[in-house]
Amino acid sequence: MKQEFKIISSLIEKNSKILDVGCGNGELMKYILDNISNNIRGLEISKKNVQACIEKGLTVIEGNAELDLGQFPNKSFNYVILSQTLQAFLKPDEVLRELLRVGKKAIVTIPNFGHWKVRMHLLFKGTMPVTENLPNEWYNTPNLHMCTIKDFVNFCGKREFELTKSISLSGKKVSYINKRNLSFKNLTSELGIFEIE
Amino acid sequence: MNKIDSLKKYIVKDVLKLDCGKEISNFPIAYETYGKLNTEKNNGILIFHALTGDQFPCGTNPITNKDGWWSYALGPNKAIDTNKFFVISANVIGGCMGSFGPSSIDPLTNKAYGPNFPVITINDMVNAQNFLLDYFKIKKLFAVIGGSMGGMQVLQFVSNFPNKADVAIPIACTASHSAQNIALNELGRQAIMADSEWNKGNYLDNGISPSKGLAVARMAAHITYLSKKGLQEKFGRKLQERDALKFGFDADFQIESYLRYQGSVFVDRFDANSYLYITRAMDYFDLTKQFNGNLSDAFKGSKTKFFIISFTSDWLYPTTENRDIVIALNAIGADVGFIEITSDKGHDSFLLDVPDFLNAVKNFLNNSYKKIHETRI
Repeated sequence: MKQEFKIISSLIEKNSKILDVGCGNGELMKYILDNISNNIRGLEISKKNVQACIEKGLTVIEGNAELDLGQFPNKSFNYVILSQTLQAFLKPDEVLRELLRVGKKAIVTIPNFGHWKVRMHLLFKGTMPVTENLPNEWYNTPNLHMCTIKDFVNFCGKREFELTKSISLSGKKVSYINKRNLSFKNLTSELGIFEIE
Repeated sequence: MNKIDSLKKYIVKDVLKLDCGKEISNFPIAYETYGKLNTEKNNGILIFHALTGDQFPCGTNPITNKDGWWSYALGPNKAIDTNKFFVISANVIGGCMGSFGPSSIDPLTNKAYGPNFPVITINDMVNAQNFLLDYFKIKKLFAVIGGSMGGMQVLQFVSNFPNKADVAIPIACTASHSAQNIALNELGRQAIMADSEWNKGNYLDNGISPSKGLAVARMAAHITYLSKKGLQEKFGRKLQERDALKFGFDADFQIESYLRYQGSVFVDRFDANSYLYITRAMDYFDLTKQFNGNLSDAFKGSKTKFFIISFTSDWLYPTTENRDIVIALNAIGADVGFIEITSDKGHDSFLLDVPDFLNAVKNFLNNSYKKIHETRI
Protein backbone atom coordinates (compact mmCIF):
# COMPACT_ATOMS: atom_id res chain seq x y z
CA MET A 1 0.00 0.00 0.00
CA LYS A 2 1.06 3.56 -0.62
CA GLN A 3 2.96 5.21 2.24
CA GLU A 4 0.46 8.07 2.07
CA PHE A 5 -2.41 5.70 2.86
CA LYS A 6 -0.52 4.19 5.78
CA ILE A 7 -0.10 7.63 7.32
CA ILE A 8 -3.74 8.57 6.75
CA SER A 9 -4.86 5.29 8.34
CA SER A 10 -2.64 5.91 11.35
CA LEU A 11 -4.46 9.20 12.01
CA ILE A 12 -7.87 7.54 12.27
CA GLU A 13 -9.32 6.26 15.53
CA LYS A 14 -10.82 2.76 15.61
CA ASN A 15 -14.50 2.34 14.75
CA SER A 16 -15.02 5.96 13.76
CA LYS A 17 -17.36 7.00 10.96
CA ILE A 18 -15.48 7.95 7.80
CA LEU A 19 -16.21 9.46 4.39
CA ASP A 20 -13.53 9.14 1.70
CA VAL A 21 -14.13 11.90 -0.86
CA GLY A 22 -12.74 10.99 -4.26
CA CYS A 23 -12.08 7.46 -3.04
CA GLY A 24 -10.76 6.23 -6.40
CA ASN A 25 -10.68 2.46 -6.77
CA GLY A 26 -11.19 2.03 -3.02
CA GLU A 27 -7.67 0.92 -2.05
CA LEU A 28 -7.53 3.12 1.05
CA MET A 29 -11.15 2.40 2.01
CA LYS A 30 -10.58 -1.33 1.78
CA TYR A 31 -7.57 -1.09 4.10
CA ILE A 32 -9.47 1.01 6.61
CA LEU A 33 -12.51 -1.29 6.39
CA ASP A 34 -10.41 -4.39 7.08
CA ASN A 35 -8.23 -2.89 9.80
CA ILE A 36 -9.69 0.19 11.44
CA SER A 37 -13.41 0.77 11.00
CA ASN A 38 -16.24 -0.89 9.11
CA ASN A 39 -18.19 2.36 9.09
CA ILE A 40 -16.65 3.85 5.98
CA ARG A 41 -18.09 4.98 2.68
CA GLY A 42 -16.82 6.72 -0.41
CA LEU A 43 -17.84 9.39 -2.87
CA GLU A 44 -16.38 8.93 -6.35
CA ILE A 45 -16.95 10.64 -9.69
CA SER A 46 -15.60 7.94 -12.04
CA LYS A 47 -18.01 5.14 -12.94
CA LYS A 48 -15.13 2.75 -13.50
CA ASN A 49 -13.79 3.42 -10.02
CA VAL A 50 -17.28 3.08 -8.51
CA GLN A 51 -17.52 -0.39 -10.06
CA ALA A 52 -14.08 -1.25 -8.69
CA CYS A 53 -15.24 -0.24 -5.20
CA ILE A 54 -18.41 -2.35 -5.48
CA GLU A 55 -16.24 -5.28 -6.52
CA LYS A 56 -14.27 -4.84 -3.30
CA GLY A 57 -17.49 -4.85 -1.27
CA LEU A 58 -17.24 -1.16 -0.38
CA THR A 59 -20.11 1.27 0.07
CA VAL A 60 -19.70 3.96 -2.55
CA ILE A 61 -21.86 6.73 -3.95
CA GLU A 62 -21.27 7.94 -7.48
CA GLY A 63 -21.13 11.70 -7.29
CA ASN A 64 -19.21 14.93 -7.54
CA ALA A 65 -17.72 16.36 -4.34
CA GLU A 66 -18.39 19.90 -5.54
CA LEU A 67 -22.11 19.19 -5.92
CA ASP A 68 -22.95 16.29 -3.65
CA LEU A 69 -21.43 16.97 -0.23
CA GLY A 70 -24.42 19.17 0.59
CA GLN A 71 -26.65 16.14 1.22
CA PHE A 72 -24.68 15.01 4.28
CA PRO A 73 -25.77 16.48 7.61
CA ASN A 74 -23.46 18.63 9.75
CA LYS A 75 -20.70 16.70 11.55
CA SER A 76 -22.10 13.36 10.41
CA PHE A 77 -18.63 11.81 10.06
CA ASN A 78 -15.70 11.63 12.48
CA TYR A 79 -13.29 11.95 9.57
CA VAL A 80 -13.60 13.10 6.00
CA ILE A 81 -10.65 12.12 3.83
CA LEU A 82 -9.55 13.99 0.71
CA SER A 83 -6.48 12.41 -0.85
CA GLN A 84 -4.65 14.44 -3.54
CA THR A 85 -7.86 15.80 -5.01
CA LEU A 86 -8.18 19.32 -3.60
CA GLN A 87 -6.18 20.84 -6.44
CA ALA A 88 -8.57 19.40 -9.03
CA PHE A 89 -11.67 21.24 -7.82
CA LEU A 90 -13.10 24.38 -9.37
CA LYS A 91 -13.54 25.92 -5.93
CA PRO A 92 -11.19 24.18 -3.50
CA ASP A 93 -11.90 26.67 -0.72
CA GLU A 94 -15.61 25.84 -0.79
CA VAL A 95 -14.96 22.08 -0.88
CA LEU A 96 -12.68 22.41 2.14
CA ARG A 97 -15.37 24.33 4.02
CA GLU A 98 -17.87 21.59 3.15
CA LEU A 99 -15.48 18.86 4.35
CA LEU A 100 -15.26 20.57 7.72
CA ARG A 101 -19.02 21.04 7.92
CA VAL A 102 -19.71 17.35 7.17
CA GLY A 103 -16.81 15.94 9.20
CA LYS A 104 -15.59 16.65 12.70
CA LYS A 105 -12.10 16.38 11.25
CA ALA A 106 -10.78 16.44 7.72
CA ILE A 107 -7.64 14.68 6.52
CA VAL A 108 -6.35 16.39 3.39
CA THR A 109 -3.29 15.48 1.37
CA ILE A 110 -1.77 17.70 -1.31
CA PRO A 111 1.00 17.12 -3.83
CA ASN A 112 3.57 19.83 -3.03
CA PHE A 113 4.33 22.16 -5.93
CA GLY A 114 7.12 23.66 -3.83
CA HIS A 115 9.20 20.47 -3.81
CA TRP A 116 12.77 21.12 -5.03
CA LYS A 117 12.43 18.78 -8.01
CA VAL A 118 9.42 20.76 -9.21
CA ARG A 119 11.25 24.04 -8.73
CA MET A 120 14.36 22.75 -10.52
CA HIS A 121 12.30 21.42 -13.38
CA LEU A 122 10.74 24.80 -14.02
CA LEU A 123 13.98 26.70 -13.39
CA PHE A 124 16.27 24.67 -15.63
CA LYS A 125 13.99 23.04 -18.20
CA GLY A 126 11.63 26.00 -18.41
CA THR A 127 8.67 23.69 -18.98
CA MET A 128 5.78 22.78 -16.70
CA PRO A 129 6.96 20.22 -14.13
CA VAL A 130 6.16 16.55 -14.68
CA THR A 131 7.08 14.37 -11.70
CA GLU A 132 6.04 11.11 -10.03
CA ASN A 133 3.32 12.86 -8.03
CA LEU A 134 2.41 15.20 -10.90
CA PRO A 135 2.54 12.85 -13.87
CA ASN A 136 0.46 14.86 -16.36
CA GLU A 137 1.41 17.42 -18.99
CA TRP A 138 0.08 20.98 -18.73
CA TYR A 139 -2.59 20.29 -21.37
CA ASN A 140 -4.07 17.17 -19.82
CA THR A 141 -3.63 17.70 -16.12
CA PRO A 142 -6.80 17.52 -14.01
CA ASN A 143 -5.13 19.88 -11.55
CA LEU A 144 -6.63 23.35 -11.75
CA HIS A 145 -5.32 24.81 -8.50
CA MET A 146 -1.83 23.58 -7.69
CA CYS A 147 -0.37 24.88 -4.46
CA THR A 148 2.66 24.44 -2.25
CA ILE A 149 2.63 23.25 1.37
CA LYS A 150 3.35 26.84 2.37
CA ASP A 151 0.41 28.10 0.33
CA PHE A 152 -1.86 25.58 2.00
CA VAL A 153 -0.67 26.35 5.53
CA ASN A 154 -1.10 30.09 4.90
CA PHE A 155 -4.54 29.49 3.40
CA CYS A 156 -5.71 27.48 6.42
CA GLY A 157 -4.40 30.20 8.71
CA LYS A 158 -6.36 32.88 6.89
CA ARG A 159 -9.56 30.83 6.92
CA GLU A 160 -9.07 29.92 10.59
CA PHE A 161 -8.96 26.21 9.81
CA GLU A 162 -6.94 24.66 12.61
CA LEU A 163 -4.15 22.33 11.45
CA THR A 164 -4.00 19.78 14.24
CA LYS A 165 -1.43 17.62 12.47
CA SER A 166 0.90 18.54 9.59
CA ILE A 167 3.00 15.76 8.15
CA SER A 168 5.60 15.79 5.40
CA LEU A 169 6.21 12.81 3.17
CA SER A 170 9.27 12.53 0.98
CA GLY A 171 9.81 9.15 -0.58
CA LYS A 172 9.28 6.90 2.43
CA LYS A 173 10.51 9.53 4.85
CA VAL A 174 7.91 10.89 7.26
CA SER A 175 8.41 14.02 9.37
CA TYR A 176 6.35 16.70 11.05
CA ILE A 177 5.89 20.18 9.69
CA ASN A 178 5.87 23.09 12.12
CA LYS A 179 6.10 26.88 11.89
CA ARG A 180 9.88 26.91 12.19
CA ASN A 181 10.69 24.30 9.57
CA LEU A 182 7.91 25.25 7.15
CA SER A 183 10.14 26.80 4.47
CA PHE A 184 12.50 23.84 4.58
CA LYS A 185 9.73 21.23 4.50
CA ASN A 186 8.18 23.15 1.65
CA LEU A 187 11.35 22.39 -0.28
CA THR A 188 11.79 18.74 0.72
CA SER A 189 8.23 17.33 0.91
CA GLU A 190 6.67 15.57 -2.03
CA LEU A 191 3.37 15.34 -0.22
CA GLY A 192 1.74 17.21 2.65
CA ILE A 193 -0.73 15.38 4.89
CA PHE A 194 -2.90 17.54 7.14
CA GLU A 195 -5.45 16.88 9.82
CA ILE A 196 -7.78 19.86 10.02
CA GLU A 197 -10.51 20.86 12.43
CA MET B 1 -58.21 -19.35 -18.30
CA ASN B 2 -57.54 -22.92 -17.15
CA LYS B 3 -53.85 -22.36 -17.54
CA ILE B 4 -54.01 -19.40 -15.15
CA ASP B 5 -56.07 -21.44 -12.69
CA SER B 6 -53.37 -24.10 -12.57
CA LEU B 7 -50.58 -21.68 -11.53
CA LYS B 8 -49.05 -22.01 -8.06
CA LYS B 9 -50.91 -19.91 -5.51
CA TYR B 10 -50.92 -19.14 -1.82
CA ILE B 11 -54.31 -18.25 -0.37
CA VAL B 12 -53.98 -15.46 2.17
CA LYS B 13 -56.47 -16.18 4.94
CA ASP B 14 -55.70 -13.04 6.93
CA VAL B 15 -57.59 -9.80 6.48
CA LEU B 16 -55.72 -7.13 4.54
CA LYS B 17 -57.00 -3.60 4.95
CA LEU B 18 -56.41 -1.74 1.72
CA ASP B 19 -55.52 1.95 1.48
CA CYS B 20 -58.91 2.62 -0.12
CA GLY B 21 -60.57 1.43 3.11
CA LYS B 22 -61.88 -1.91 1.84
CA GLU B 23 -60.82 -5.16 3.43
CA ILE B 24 -59.92 -8.33 1.56
CA SER B 25 -59.26 -11.85 2.80
CA ASN B 26 -59.05 -15.38 1.39
CA PHE B 27 -57.37 -14.02 -1.69
CA PRO B 28 -54.76 -15.73 -3.88
CA ILE B 29 -51.18 -14.64 -4.52
CA ALA B 30 -49.61 -16.46 -7.44
CA TYR B 31 -45.91 -17.04 -6.89
CA GLU B 32 -42.83 -18.95 -7.96
CA THR B 33 -39.60 -19.74 -6.15
CA TYR B 34 -36.12 -20.40 -7.45
CA GLY B 35 -33.20 -21.94 -5.59
CA LYS B 36 -33.27 -23.40 -2.09
CA LEU B 37 -33.92 -21.81 1.27
CA ASN B 38 -30.97 -22.69 3.51
CA THR B 39 -31.42 -24.08 7.02
CA GLU B 40 -30.58 -20.71 8.61
CA LYS B 41 -33.28 -19.18 6.38
CA ASN B 42 -31.03 -16.21 5.72
CA ASN B 43 -30.64 -16.45 1.93
CA GLY B 44 -34.14 -15.37 0.91
CA ILE B 45 -34.62 -12.71 -1.75
CA LEU B 46 -38.00 -11.23 -2.59
CA ILE B 47 -38.08 -9.69 -6.05
CA PHE B 48 -40.82 -7.33 -7.18
CA HIS B 49 -41.94 -7.07 -10.79
CA ALA B 50 -42.70 -4.00 -12.87
CA LEU B 51 -46.02 -2.87 -14.42
CA THR B 52 -46.45 -5.70 -16.91
CA GLY B 53 -44.26 -8.33 -15.25
CA ASP B 54 -45.36 -11.45 -13.42
CA GLN B 55 -44.08 -14.21 -11.15
CA PHE B 56 -41.92 -15.74 -13.91
CA PRO B 57 -38.60 -13.83 -13.99
CA CYS B 58 -36.62 -16.74 -15.46
CA GLY B 59 -37.10 -20.00 -17.25
CA THR B 60 -39.97 -20.27 -19.72
CA ASN B 61 -43.18 -18.52 -18.85
CA PRO B 62 -45.85 -21.28 -19.08
CA ILE B 63 -48.51 -18.84 -20.29
CA THR B 64 -46.57 -16.93 -22.94
CA ASN B 65 -43.97 -19.64 -23.68
CA LYS B 66 -41.36 -16.87 -23.71
CA ASP B 67 -38.28 -16.33 -21.57
CA GLY B 68 -38.92 -14.81 -18.16
CA TRP B 69 -38.68 -11.02 -17.90
CA TRP B 70 -35.44 -11.05 -15.89
CA SER B 71 -33.65 -13.89 -17.65
CA TYR B 72 -30.44 -11.85 -17.96
CA ALA B 73 -30.25 -11.04 -14.25
CA LEU B 74 -31.71 -14.05 -12.48
CA GLY B 75 -30.84 -17.74 -12.58
CA PRO B 76 -28.00 -20.14 -11.78
CA ASN B 77 -24.67 -18.21 -11.66
CA LYS B 78 -26.41 -15.02 -12.82
CA ALA B 79 -26.33 -11.65 -11.02
CA ILE B 80 -29.04 -12.91 -8.68
CA ASP B 81 -27.61 -16.39 -8.32
CA THR B 82 -30.25 -19.04 -7.68
CA ASN B 83 -27.51 -21.55 -6.81
CA LYS B 84 -26.88 -19.40 -3.79
CA PHE B 85 -30.09 -17.58 -3.00
CA PHE B 86 -33.73 -18.57 -2.53
CA VAL B 87 -35.74 -16.21 -4.71
CA ILE B 88 -39.44 -15.59 -4.19
CA SER B 89 -41.32 -13.87 -6.99
CA ALA B 90 -45.03 -13.08 -6.78
CA ASN B 91 -47.58 -11.59 -9.10
CA VAL B 92 -48.83 -8.30 -7.61
CA ILE B 93 -52.42 -8.02 -6.48
CA GLY B 94 -54.30 -6.23 -9.25
CA GLY B 95 -52.34 -8.34 -11.74
CA CYS B 96 -53.63 -10.98 -14.15
CA MET B 97 -51.27 -13.95 -13.67
CA GLY B 98 -53.23 -15.68 -10.95
CA SER B 99 -53.05 -13.19 -8.08
CA PHE B 100 -56.17 -11.45 -6.81
CA GLY B 101 -57.06 -9.00 -9.58
CA PRO B 102 -59.88 -7.52 -11.64
CA SER B 103 -60.09 -10.69 -13.77
CA SER B 104 -60.59 -12.84 -10.62
CA ILE B 105 -64.08 -14.26 -10.20
CA ASP B 106 -66.24 -12.64 -7.54
CA PRO B 107 -67.81 -15.58 -5.63
CA LEU B 108 -70.92 -13.49 -4.92
CA THR B 109 -71.76 -12.89 -8.57
CA ASN B 110 -69.74 -15.65 -10.28
CA LYS B 111 -68.49 -12.97 -12.65
CA ALA B 112 -65.14 -11.24 -12.96
CA TYR B 113 -64.74 -8.31 -10.54
CA GLY B 114 -63.88 -6.01 -13.43
CA PRO B 115 -64.51 -2.39 -12.44
CA ASN B 116 -65.77 -3.49 -9.01
CA PHE B 117 -62.26 -4.51 -8.03
CA PRO B 118 -60.99 -2.16 -5.30
CA VAL B 119 -58.40 0.44 -6.25
CA ILE B 120 -55.10 -0.86 -4.93
CA THR B 121 -51.79 0.85 -4.12
CA ILE B 122 -48.10 -0.03 -4.07
CA ASN B 123 -48.47 -0.26 -0.28
CA ASP B 124 -51.27 -2.83 -0.68
CA MET B 125 -49.16 -4.89 -3.12
CA VAL B 126 -46.24 -4.97 -0.69
CA ASN B 127 -48.38 -5.85 2.31
CA ALA B 128 -50.02 -8.68 0.35
CA GLN B 129 -46.66 -10.16 -0.68
CA ASN B 130 -45.40 -9.94 2.88
CA PHE B 131 -47.84 -12.76 3.78
CA LEU B 132 -45.71 -15.06 1.63
CA LEU B 133 -42.82 -14.59 4.05
CA ASP B 134 -44.96 -15.92 6.89
CA TYR B 135 -45.81 -18.89 4.71
CA PHE B 136 -42.11 -19.62 4.15
CA LYS B 137 -41.39 -18.83 7.82
CA ILE B 138 -38.75 -16.27 6.80
CA LYS B 139 -38.23 -13.74 9.58
CA LYS B 140 -35.67 -11.70 7.71
CA LEU B 141 -34.90 -11.66 4.01
CA PHE B 142 -31.40 -11.22 2.70
CA ALA B 143 -32.58 -8.86 -0.05
CA VAL B 144 -35.50 -7.09 -1.66
CA ILE B 145 -34.88 -6.17 -5.29
CA GLY B 146 -36.93 -4.63 -8.07
CA GLY B 147 -36.83 -2.26 -11.01
CA SER B 148 -39.30 0.43 -12.06
CA MET B 149 -42.58 -0.29 -10.21
CA GLY B 150 -40.64 -3.12 -8.58
CA GLY B 151 -38.24 -0.51 -7.19
CA MET B 152 -41.16 1.44 -5.74
CA GLN B 153 -42.22 -1.75 -3.97
CA VAL B 154 -38.69 -2.15 -2.61
CA LEU B 155 -38.85 1.35 -1.11
CA GLN B 156 -42.30 0.75 0.33
CA PHE B 157 -41.28 -2.64 1.71
CA VAL B 158 -38.32 -1.23 3.66
CA SER B 159 -40.49 1.61 4.89
CA ASN B 160 -43.23 -0.77 6.08
CA PHE B 161 -40.86 -3.41 7.46
CA PRO B 162 -37.69 -1.51 8.46
CA ASN B 163 -35.65 -4.51 9.53
CA LYS B 164 -37.00 -7.32 7.42
CA ALA B 165 -34.27 -7.20 4.75
CA ASP B 166 -30.48 -7.01 5.08
CA VAL B 167 -30.13 -5.21 1.76
CA ALA B 168 -32.41 -3.39 -0.66
CA ILE B 169 -31.80 -2.68 -4.35
CA PRO B 170 -34.30 -0.25 -5.87
CA ILE B 171 -33.49 0.09 -9.58
CA ALA B 172 -34.56 2.77 -12.07
CA CYS B 173 -37.41 4.04 -9.93
CA THR B 174 -38.72 7.01 -8.00
CA ALA B 175 -40.07 7.76 -4.55
CA SER B 176 -42.86 9.84 -6.01
CA HIS B 177 -44.60 9.47 -9.38
CA SER B 178 -44.06 12.68 -11.35
CA ALA B 179 -46.62 14.65 -13.35
CA GLN B 180 -44.99 13.30 -16.52
CA ASN B 181 -45.29 9.71 -15.23
CA ILE B 182 -48.96 10.24 -14.39
CA ALA B 183 -49.59 11.90 -17.76
CA LEU B 184 -48.10 8.96 -19.65
CA ASN B 185 -50.15 6.47 -17.63
CA GLU B 186 -53.31 8.48 -18.20
CA LEU B 187 -52.64 8.35 -21.95
CA GLY B 188 -52.63 4.56 -21.74
CA ARG B 189 -55.75 4.40 -19.63
CA GLN B 190 -57.67 6.72 -21.93
CA ALA B 191 -56.69 4.58 -24.92
CA ILE B 192 -58.21 1.54 -23.17
CA MET B 193 -61.33 3.33 -22.02
CA ALA B 194 -61.87 4.86 -25.48
CA ASP B 195 -62.16 1.36 -26.95
CA SER B 196 -65.90 0.61 -27.17
CA GLU B 197 -65.19 -2.99 -26.20
CA TRP B 198 -63.97 -1.84 -22.81
CA ASN B 199 -67.66 -1.53 -21.93
CA LYS B 200 -66.97 0.37 -18.70
CA GLY B 201 -64.77 -2.49 -17.58
CA ASN B 202 -67.39 -5.24 -17.95
CA TYR B 203 -65.95 -6.83 -21.06
CA LEU B 204 -64.93 -10.26 -19.72
CA ASP B 205 -68.52 -11.37 -19.11
CA ASN B 206 -69.33 -10.69 -22.75
CA GLY B 207 -66.31 -12.55 -24.04
CA ILE B 208 -64.78 -9.43 -25.58
CA SER B 209 -61.82 -7.27 -24.69
CA PRO B 210 -60.57 -3.77 -25.53
CA SER B 211 -57.54 -5.14 -27.29
CA LYS B 212 -57.16 -2.17 -29.68
CA GLY B 213 -57.08 0.30 -26.81
CA LEU B 214 -54.76 -1.90 -24.76
CA ALA B 215 -52.41 -2.27 -27.74
CA VAL B 216 -52.22 1.52 -28.17
CA ALA B 217 -51.53 1.88 -24.42
CA ARG B 218 -48.70 -0.62 -24.72
CA MET B 219 -47.27 1.08 -27.82
CA ALA B 220 -47.19 4.47 -26.11
CA ALA B 221 -45.66 3.00 -22.95
CA HIS B 222 -43.09 1.04 -24.93
CA ILE B 223 -41.70 4.27 -26.40
CA THR B 224 -41.10 5.56 -22.87
CA TYR B 225 -39.04 2.46 -22.03
CA LEU B 226 -36.52 3.16 -24.81
CA SER B 227 -34.17 6.05 -25.45
CA LYS B 228 -34.15 8.31 -28.49
CA LYS B 229 -30.63 7.20 -29.32
CA GLY B 230 -31.51 3.54 -28.88
CA LEU B 231 -34.52 3.87 -31.19
CA GLN B 232 -32.50 5.79 -33.77
CA GLU B 233 -29.73 3.20 -33.79
CA LYS B 234 -32.06 0.23 -33.95
CA PHE B 235 -34.62 1.56 -36.44
CA GLY B 236 -33.61 4.95 -37.77
CA ARG B 237 -35.84 5.66 -40.77
CA LYS B 238 -35.52 2.12 -42.10
CA LEU B 239 -38.48 0.94 -44.15
CA GLN B 240 -40.48 -2.20 -43.40
CA GLU B 241 -40.14 -4.79 -46.16
CA ARG B 242 -40.40 -2.19 -48.92
CA ASP B 243 -38.06 -0.10 -51.04
CA ALA B 244 -40.00 3.15 -51.05
CA LEU B 245 -42.72 4.98 -49.16
CA LYS B 246 -46.23 3.78 -50.11
CA PHE B 247 -48.03 7.10 -49.55
CA GLY B 248 -50.50 5.53 -47.14
CA PHE B 249 -50.95 4.65 -43.51
CA ASP B 250 -49.66 1.11 -43.45
CA ALA B 251 -46.51 0.53 -41.45
CA ASP B 252 -43.99 2.05 -43.86
CA PHE B 253 -41.31 2.35 -41.19
CA GLN B 254 -39.78 -0.46 -39.18
CA ILE B 255 -40.44 1.37 -35.93
CA GLU B 256 -44.17 1.43 -36.74
CA SER B 257 -44.20 -2.25 -37.45
CA TYR B 258 -42.21 -2.95 -34.29
CA LEU B 259 -44.62 -1.00 -32.08
CA ARG B 260 -47.67 -2.62 -33.69
CA TYR B 261 -46.13 -6.03 -33.02
CA GLN B 262 -45.37 -5.10 -29.39
CA GLY B 263 -48.98 -3.97 -28.97
CA SER B 264 -50.45 -7.09 -30.56
CA VAL B 265 -48.49 -9.61 -28.49
CA PHE B 266 -49.18 -7.72 -25.30
CA VAL B 267 -52.97 -8.01 -25.54
CA ASP B 268 -52.71 -11.79 -25.63
CA ARG B 269 -51.14 -11.90 -22.20
CA PHE B 270 -52.43 -8.90 -20.32
CA ASP B 271 -55.82 -7.89 -18.96
CA ALA B 272 -56.89 -4.33 -19.80
CA ASN B 273 -58.44 -3.73 -16.37
CA SER B 274 -55.24 -4.89 -14.68
CA TYR B 275 -53.44 -2.27 -16.76
CA LEU B 276 -55.81 0.40 -15.45
CA TYR B 277 -55.51 -0.69 -11.83
CA ILE B 278 -51.74 -1.14 -11.76
CA THR B 279 -50.97 2.16 -13.51
CA ARG B 280 -53.29 3.83 -10.99
CA ALA B 281 -51.33 2.24 -8.13
CA MET B 282 -48.12 3.68 -9.61
CA ASP B 283 -49.67 7.14 -9.98
CA TYR B 284 -50.81 7.10 -6.36
CA PHE B 285 -47.29 6.22 -5.21
CA ASP B 286 -45.79 9.11 -3.29
CA LEU B 287 -43.64 7.86 -0.43
CA THR B 288 -42.54 11.42 0.32
CA LYS B 289 -46.12 12.47 0.91
CA GLN B 290 -46.78 9.38 3.05
CA PHE B 291 -44.20 10.88 5.39
CA ASN B 292 -45.47 14.46 5.28
CA GLY B 293 -42.96 15.70 2.77
CA ASN B 294 -39.85 14.20 4.35
CA LEU B 295 -38.70 11.11 2.46
CA SER B 296 -35.94 10.47 5.00
CA ASP B 297 -38.58 9.65 7.61
CA ALA B 298 -39.70 6.71 5.45
CA PHE B 299 -36.41 4.96 6.29
CA LYS B 300 -35.75 6.21 9.80
CA GLY B 301 -34.69 3.42 12.12
CA SER B 302 -34.04 0.98 9.27
CA LYS B 303 -30.73 -0.86 9.30
CA THR B 304 -31.18 -2.05 5.73
CA LYS B 305 -28.21 -1.45 3.45
CA PHE B 306 -29.31 0.27 0.23
CA PHE B 307 -27.84 0.08 -3.25
CA ILE B 308 -29.55 2.38 -5.71
CA ILE B 309 -29.03 2.06 -9.45
CA SER B 310 -30.09 4.34 -12.31
CA PHE B 311 -29.33 4.45 -16.05
CA THR B 312 -27.99 7.38 -18.08
CA SER B 313 -30.59 7.13 -20.87
CA ASP B 314 -33.64 6.45 -18.64
CA TRP B 315 -35.91 9.46 -19.07
CA LEU B 316 -38.94 7.80 -17.44
CA TYR B 317 -37.32 7.50 -14.00
CA PRO B 318 -34.20 9.60 -14.55
CA THR B 319 -31.05 9.62 -12.43
CA THR B 320 -32.12 12.79 -10.60
CA GLU B 321 -35.17 11.02 -9.15
CA ASN B 322 -33.10 8.02 -8.08
CA ARG B 323 -30.54 10.37 -6.60
CA ASP B 324 -33.28 12.02 -4.51
CA ILE B 325 -33.63 8.68 -2.70
CA VAL B 326 -29.86 8.61 -2.10
CA ILE B 327 -30.01 12.15 -0.71
CA ALA B 328 -32.88 11.26 1.63
CA LEU B 329 -30.96 8.25 2.92
CA ASN B 330 -27.71 10.18 3.39
CA ALA B 331 -29.60 12.81 5.35
CA ILE B 332 -30.24 10.21 8.08
CA GLY B 333 -26.84 8.55 7.83
CA ALA B 334 -28.24 5.37 6.31
CA ASP B 335 -25.94 2.88 4.62
CA VAL B 336 -26.39 3.68 0.92
CA GLY B 337 -24.45 3.11 -2.26
CA PHE B 338 -25.33 4.50 -5.66
CA ILE B 339 -24.25 4.05 -9.26
CA GLU B 340 -25.53 5.43 -12.53
CA ILE B 341 -24.94 2.87 -15.27
CA THR B 342 -24.06 4.08 -18.77
CA SER B 343 -26.51 2.58 -21.24
CA ASP B 344 -28.33 3.67 -24.42
CA LYS B 345 -31.13 1.20 -23.78
CA GLY B 346 -33.36 3.59 -21.83
CA HIS B 347 -35.56 2.61 -18.90
CA ASP B 348 -35.62 -1.00 -20.13
CA SER B 349 -31.86 -1.28 -19.41
CA PHE B 350 -32.57 -3.11 -16.14
CA LEU B 351 -34.27 -5.93 -18.09
CA LEU B 352 -31.59 -6.23 -20.77
CA ASP B 353 -28.06 -7.53 -21.16
CA VAL B 354 -26.18 -4.57 -19.68
CA PRO B 355 -22.97 -6.09 -18.23
CA ASP B 356 -22.02 -3.09 -16.04
CA PHE B 357 -25.43 -3.29 -14.38
CA LEU B 358 -25.42 -7.06 -13.97
CA ASN B 359 -21.87 -7.06 -12.56
CA ALA B 360 -22.71 -4.33 -10.06
CA VAL B 361 -25.74 -6.27 -8.78
CA LYS B 362 -23.80 -9.53 -8.62
CA ASN B 363 -20.84 -8.00 -6.78
CA PHE B 364 -23.04 -6.11 -4.37
CA LEU B 365 -25.16 -9.14 -3.48
CA ASN B 366 -22.25 -11.57 -3.12
CA ASN B 367 -20.07 -9.17 -1.11
CA SER B 368 -22.96 -8.15 1.15
CA TYR B 369 -23.98 -11.74 1.80
CA LYS B 370 -20.38 -12.64 2.60
CA LYS B 371 -20.04 -9.72 4.97
CA ILE B 372 -23.36 -10.23 6.76
CA HIS B 373 -23.69 -14.01 6.88
CA GLU B 374 -20.39 -15.68 6.06
CA THR B 375 -17.97 -13.75 8.26
CA ARG B 376 -16.03 -16.24 10.31
CA ILE B 377 -15.74 -15.56 13.99
